[in-house]
Amino acid sequence: MIWQIDFWLLVVLIIAALLALEVRDLLAAVAVLSAYSFLAALLFAQLGAIDVSFVEATLGAGVSGVLFVLALFCTRRRYEK
Amino acid sequence: MIERYENVIIDIVCSVMVPLIQLFALYVVVHGHYGPGGGFQGGVLFAVSIILLRLCLGKEASHKKFPPKLAAALAASGMLVYMLTGLAPMAAGGAFLDYGHLPIPGVSGAELRFLGITIVEWSIAFSVCGTMVLLFDVLAEGMR
Amino acid sequence: MRWLAVPVMALFLALMLYATTGLPLRGEPQAPANAHVSPYYIEKTIEETGTPNIVTSVLADYRGYDTLGETTVILAAGLACLLILRRGKGL
Repeated sequence: MIWQIDFWLLVVLIIAALLALEVRDLLAAVAVLSAYSFLAALLFAQLGAIDVSFVEATLGAGVSGVLFVLALFCTRRRYEK
Repeated sequence: MIERYENVIIDIVCSVMVPLIQLFALYVVVHGHYGPGGGFQGGVLFAVSIILLRLCLGKEASHKKFPPKLAAALAASGMLVYMLTGLAPMAAGGAFLDYGHLPIPGVSGAELRFLGITIVEWSIAFSVCGTMVLLFDVLAEGMR
Repeated sequence: MRWLAVPVMALFLALMLYATTGLPLRGEPQAPANAHVSPYYIEKTIEETGTPNIVTSVLADYRGYDTLGETTVILAAGLACLLILRRGKGL
């Protein structure tokens, strides 16, 4: 285990999470959320939990992004206050 | 409503990618005993290949290849097989989900539990694949 | 109320970071999580189930009831989505 990889993955993970909360365009928020899931999958793989990482990469970064985009097309794209 | 978008790049990329993803999904399910993977991941990967087919072929053609009723049937029957695998050892005198007492002649001990794990992994794969395709179909039908 | 959020979050972060110093190191053999049933699974998996991957044997055999509930939850979510969004119109 290399602590530099862990550290920078965690930093980018937190940045992606904050960005997914803050961004106004919901389609961009879905894309950032997929990136967040993939970073989490990389972190799980780094910790040695390959099966959990596999589930996170397929479900979190793959299917849930598609389902979010589909749900988004049923509503409006921008978040309004 | 998902509609077909005429583009030769999308057609060729999908026609190459879909069989590869399906082959990899089957490999993940089968190889779950010896490495990372298993029913859950393989089922999701197979569902992703079907969703890609839906996105690039459009509604009519892809519903002909993989009808939505088949997805619902797969989801329910996978769950049913899992339940029956759990209940069968009870008939033979074991506990619930105790694969050591599965009533299969000719095998016993560790091989019987290996076989039980295989049946359960395949049923999870069918159930998860059917559920994911079902979710996609329901959400795409609700779109207007 | 917005100015209150930052100090509360900072306090919570400091508390969590303080709490992590009490956790055992990852993979330490004397930790409580690794001392009870994990050695049994690691030693007996090949002999009892014939499966080299311990994760698969724990998920599908030793903790099969857990996986059954997990699959039921996913199927129930899909069926609830079908019933709510289609409202009895079928597929």
